[in-house]
Amino acid sequence: MSCEVSLPEAKKVAIFGGTHGNEMSGVTLVNLWLKNRAEIRRSGVEVQPFITNPRAVEKCTRYIDIDLNRAFTPENLSKREAEDHPYEIKRALEINRIFGPKGSSDAYDVIFDLHNTTSNMGCTLILESSQDHLNLQMVHYIKQAVAPMTCSVLVNEHPFLQYSTSRSVAKHPIGLEVGPQPQGVLRSNIFQSMRLILRHALDFIELFNGGMEFPPCTVDVYQVTERVDYPRDTNGNITAMVHPNLQDCDWEPLNPGDPMFLTFDGRTVEYKGGNTVYPTFINEAAYYEKQQAFVITKRGTLIARQIKVSKM
Amino acid sequence: MLIIFTVQHYDASVSLQELSMVTVADQEEERRSSHLIYKMEVVSLPAVSRVAICGGTHGNEMTGVFLVKELQKRKRKEEGAEAPDILPVISNPRAVQRCQRYIETDLNRCFTTATLSVPVSDGTPYEIQRAQELNVFLGPKGSVKSVDLVCDLHNTTANMGLCLISYSECDWISLHICRHLQKEMPSVPVRYIHYDVPLSEAYSLESVGKHGFAMEVGPQPHGVVRADVWGTMTEGVRLVLDWIKRFNSGVQFDDKVMEIYTLVKTIDYPRDPETQMITATIHPQLQDHDFCLLHQGDPLFLTFSGNTEYYRGEEPLYPFFVNESAYYEKGIAFLLARKKKVNIPSVRVMTRESV
Repeated sequence: MSCEVSLPEAKKVAIFGGTHGNEMSGVTLVNLWLKNRAEIRRSGVEVQPFITNPRAVEKCTRYIDIDLNRAFTPENLSKREAEDHPYEIKRALEINRIFGPKGSSDAYDVIFDLHNTTSNMGCTLILESSQDHLNLQMVHYIKQAVAPMTCSVLVNEHPFLQYSTSRSVAKHPIGLEVGPQPQGVLRSNIFQSMRLILRHALDFIELFNGGMEFPPCTVDVYQVTERVDYPRDTNGNITAMVHPNLQDCDWEPLNPGDPMFLTFDGRTVEYKGGNTVYPTFINEAAYYEKQQAFVITKRGTLIARQIKVSKM
Repeated sequence: MLIIFTVQHYDASVSLQELSMVTVADQEEERRSSHLIYKMEVVSLPAVSRVAICGGTHGNEMTGVFLVKELQKRKRKEEGAEAPDILPVISNPRAVQRCQRYIETDLNRCFTTATLSVPVSDGTPYEIQRAQELNVFLGPKGSVKSVDLVCDLHNTTANMGLCLISYSECDWISLHICRHLQKEMPSVPVRYIHYDVPLSEAYSLESVGKHGFAMEVGPQPHGVVRADVWGTMTEGVRLVLDWIKRFNSGVQFDDKVMEIYTLVKTIDYPRDPETQMITATIHPQLQDHDFCLLHQGDPLFLTFSGNTEYYRGEEPLYPFFVNESAYYEKGIAFLLARKKKVNIPSVRVMTRESV
C-alpha cells in the first residue's frame, strides 16, 4: 500500500485579514498586499488578499453584530443571501459564494486567516484536522524555515469546542495566530513575524505545485481538549484573574495543584485536574464574553504522509 | 548679625508660597555656607475629607472597573475621623457594560468648563450628559462643594508603569502623594506627568475635584485584567488613601525636590497622504521604551517597506504613551515630555489654630 498522498495543485489561495476588525497585523498586511502584490506573487499560484469584515475594520472593533469567525455554520450558510440578516451572516454568505462553496470542489484550495491574540502564544498555526496532509507538511516546512523562532501548532478537532471559522470555507484552512498584541495596536515584532510565516507558507505552496515531493515527517502538536472559564458569581461576573504564575505561560505545563486563578480578595484557586496539561489562549481579551479564561491542550505527534502534486 | 541665604531653584508661578529668612549669627555657619538660603514655610491645607475613586471612565480599561466594583462592596467610611469618605464611581457604565472605550465620544475629554455648560437635548451625546451628571455628583468643578480629591483609574497598552497625570504642577497634595508612592513602591516605576492646561480647559475627569490625578497603569491590553497590573493599582490606591489618612491626622510631610514630566508635544504616525492609513509601526527600539530619553537621530518608526524614520528634534525629550491603542484615532503615536524639578513645600493639615 502506498503511503504517498497524491493531491491536486493548490492553485487558488486566499489570505484573510480583519476577520476580527481590531486584530491589526492581518488588517495591515492584507491592505498592504491589496495595494502591491509583489511580495505575495508566486508562480503557479493565484494569491488573493481579502478583508473579510470591512465594517468591523473601519470601526476597529472585533465584530459588528456577531463574531464572523463563528458564523460559517451549516445553518447560516444555507440561508438566502438576499434576506435581512445580521451583518456578519450576510458577510459569511458572500465569502462562501466568493471563496467556497464550503465543501464543494469549487472552493478555494488554501485560506490563511490572520489573527492576533492578547495571549502570549508567540506564533501559532491552527489546524482543524489531524488528517490534512497538505497542511501538516506545510506547517512542518514553516516551522523548519522560521527556526530558531518557534512556531506552535494547535489542532482543534474537538466536537464541541471546534467552531465554524471563515477559513473553513476552503479545502485546506489554516489559522495564523500571533501574540501577544493588544487589540487595536500594531507591534513591529508581531507584524514582521506574521509576514515571515506567510512568506514561507507561499514558498511551500509554490514548491509543492512545482512538483517537489515532501517525504513523511512528524509534527509535534497541541490538541485542544477542554475550555476553562473564570470563576464567576451568581450574576455571571468574574471573581478572579488568571494567576500571575499562569499569566503569559502559554504552552508550559500546568500540573495538578498549580495556581490557576487569583481572586480579587487574594485567594489562589488551583488546577484540580488529574494530569499535566498545556494551557493556551491564556487571558485572551475577546474570550471573557465566551466564558473562556484559557484552553487546555494535550501534546501529541502527528504523522504527515509523503505528498506529491498530481497535475490533471 | 549675618543673614545667610541659599537660593534654590524656585517656580515663581506659585502664589501660595511664603518665603522666610533664616537668620544665622554663627560664624561657623558663615564659613560653611557661602550662598543664599530661602527656607519655605509649611503650607497649611484643608483636610482631604471626600475622595472619589473612579473606574471605567474608559469602559475597557479593566483594572479600575474591577477595583471600583470591589470598593463598592465595602463600607463607605473606615473607622476614625482622619479616614476620608470614599466615593467609588463607575464613570461610564454603558461603556463598561459593552467593554468599549466609549459609546459616542470620549468621556475623558468632556470636562472642560465649556462642555460642562452645554445645554442638554435629546441629541446630546451620551458622554456629555454623563459628564454633566458626574459634575453635579462630584463637583461642581471649581467650586467649594466639589470633592477634595479625584483619583481616576486608567490602563494603557503603553509600557508606562504607574503614572499620576495632572493638569497642575503645584497641586501639593497630588505631588506629595506621588512622592509617597515612589518611596513605598520601589519595585514599580512611579512618575508624575503634568499637562500644562488652565483649569477651565482641563478636559479630564480629575479636574472636577479640588485636587486630583489620573492613575494610569500599564502595559495591559484593553479588555483584559492582568494580576500583576491589579497588584500595582490596588497598592497604588491603598497608598493614596494611606497618605490621606496620615495627612488628615496631622502628620507633616516635609518639603522635597521632585522630578516631574511636562508634556511638550504629540507625534503622529507617518500616514499615506490620500488614505490617511498609517504606513509604519513604532520602531522596535522605541516600542516599550517609554521614558527612555530620545535623542536626535534615534529611530522612531519602521515603515512597512523597511525604512527607518528618525527623531529630528534638537532637544532630547522623554517619550510616553508609546503605542497606546486608543490614540491611533487621535493621530498620536506617542507623546514627548521634558523633565523638570519642582520644589514641593512642606504640607500639614489646617487646624483651627492655623486658620
